[in-house]
Amino acid sequence: MTFWDTFLMALRAIARNTIRSVLTALGIVIGVASVIAMVHLGQAATLNVTQQIAAMGSNLLIVSPGVRRFGGGGPRVSAKPFELADAQAIARDVPDILVAPATTSRATAVFGNANYTTTITGTTNNFLEIRDWHLQSGRLFEDRETASGAAVCILGKTLVDNVYFQQDPLGTQLRLGASSCQVIGVLASKGSSMGNDQDDVVLMPLKAVQRRLAGNQDISTLYVSALVDGTTADTQAAIEALLRERRRIRDGAEDDFNVRDMQEIAQTLEATTGTLTALLGAIAAVSLLVGGIGIMNIMLVSVTERTREIGIRLAIGALAKDVLIQFLVEAIVIASLGGLLGVTFGVLGTWGLTAFMKLPFVLDVQMLLIAFGFAAGIGVIFGYVPARKAARLNPIDSLRHE
Amino acid sequence: MNAPARRIIALRDVFKIYGSGDTEVRALNGVNLDIDEGDFVAVMGSSGSGKSTCMNMLGCLDTPTHGAYRFYDVEVGDLSHDERALLRRHYIGFVFQSFNLLARTSAVENVELPLIYKGVPRKQRRDLALDALDRVGLADRFDHTPAQLSGGQQQRVAIARAIVTAPAFLVADEPTGNLDSARSVEIMRLLQGLNADGITIIMVTHEPDIAAFARRVLIFRDGLITQDGTPREVLS
Repeated sequence: MTFWDTFLMALRAIARNTIRSVLTALGIVIGVASVIAMVHLGQAATLNVTQQIAAMGSNLLIVSPGVRRFGGGGPRVSAKPFELADAQAIARDVPDILVAPATTSRATAVFGNANYTTTITGTTNNFLEIRDWHLQSGRLFEDRETASGAAVCILGKTLVDNVYFQQDPLGTQLRLGASSCQVIGVLASKGSSMGNDQDDVVLMPLKAVQRRLAGNQDISTLYVSALVDGTTADTQAAIEALLRERRRIRDGAEDDFNVRDMQEIAQTLEATTGTLTALLGAIAAVSLLVGGIGIMNIMLVSVTERTREIGIRLAIGALAKDVLIQFLVEAIVIASLGGLLGVTFGVLGTWGLTAFMKLPFVLDVQMLLIAFGFAAGIGVIFGYVPARKAARLNPIDSLRHE
Repeated sequence: MNAPARRIIALRDVFKIYGSGDTEVRALNGVNLDIDEGDFVAVMGSSGSGKSTCMNMLGCLDTPTHGAYRFYDVEVGDLSHDERALLRRHYIGFVFQSFNLLARTSAVENVELPLIYKGVPRKQRRDLALDALDRVGLADRFDHTPAQLSGGQQQRVAIARAIVTAPAFLVADEPTGNLDSARSVEIMRLLQGLNADGITIIMVTHEPDIAAFARRVLIFRDGLITQDGTPREVLS
């Protein structure tokens, strides 16, 4: 008896009972599909986090006032904000860096009949370079505009869409709260990620925001980019030392500011999403196991139901081995077909979910092969017990079986 | 007119004992039986007489507790499970009372089944199966499933399946038990024809008119053969 004959025999037995075969494989289908969808979703989330952080700029350090709290969520102790002099001191004393002081204020932007509430960031041209923003049209701030705090602004794409619709914003006057600014540039879109619209941004010179919108001289954040790769740790230490000195923090006392390294944050987030992926995958794997037990259950029923058939086969010359292989191959074929369907649904599900959640669509072919192989393996493991039961039947009793 | 027929089956003092002590049941109680090539033997007896046990033994589905069963030159009692399966595969055809065809499987595929286990190549398999169906007069129904065939036709397919491997002998367990008398006669004529072509047949039956189609009739009683002769001698 050739393997091909055995395989065809299994296909015929499966086709004879299509609905039951599909129901038998359903557990495997769901198991494989959920494993694939979960793991891919996890990978997509990880990739998204990485991309998002890369989009914020490489070698980025974010310096903000307040005590650093691990684990997040804790109340932020208010500390005095930075001053422009702090940014100037860092730029002067720390080598190979770019510094952008920034302060933000919320206001409603109005143009014509349209209005949109947004966050206005007051900063310098360095901010665009550090955060990896590019102009789509228009120009950057001129040095005298930065120095004087001129009422000029550069808009993100969201604002252009929501306030200007299809019109060209360049050169127009945009009202921002009680003030107004002349639009000099439009930023290239960065897209949104995880429901966070990165294009919802308006940039103005630092002094313009401080004076016209915030009404104070505070700087809420210092963005620092190390220009040489691999020096962020040194840069961070230098900034910490300098700021402790400038803010007169005694030795041993806790910092009242914190410096966050984006790469560090990226690693933490990647580790978190990785753990989450493993967890989701493990839960999905349990359903795969349940699917395997489903196959065993139905195959056992099938052996009992087909006792007479087994008796006939044994009487006309099948060896116990032939019967064992027949039922084993049947289980493997059912599980493999389930695996194939599962891979299909898993990929479709991943595609649908990533599109819905606005995540990048990644396809890990190795992962698909592993999931499929696992399904077939489950067929072997859970098909063996029923197959052995079939092979051990006595032909005389089996032929009498009703 | 012809050379002496070869002996296929020789049972010597065969016992089949189930259980032990008080619950001991002697299904066969020292049976002696010789069957030569070309014979057509009808086995009769009330239920519990041991005829079914004897048939299972002749069909190599079962082995004696004591005694010798020689099949040609082979001592069946010494064979393993798988060796007896190989013996059945190559030398014995089975016909059952309830036909025992695979459901939702065409006639020709049913007939091909023993050839698959025998390892006959696909093309040759189909030809042999169609030949066998032709011999039982069902060549034109080769693609019908059992559900599309009458009882008599199903039994013909079962007979085709039994003879497709050109076995040394055919074991038929009440082949007409589920058929009306007209169908029964047709099946018996078919078996007679096959026997005339040289196939040895051993058949269990309850009905004397069916046994009358055989060349030789055995009567079992309490695990022993009590009568052995031509239908005329035994059935009168």
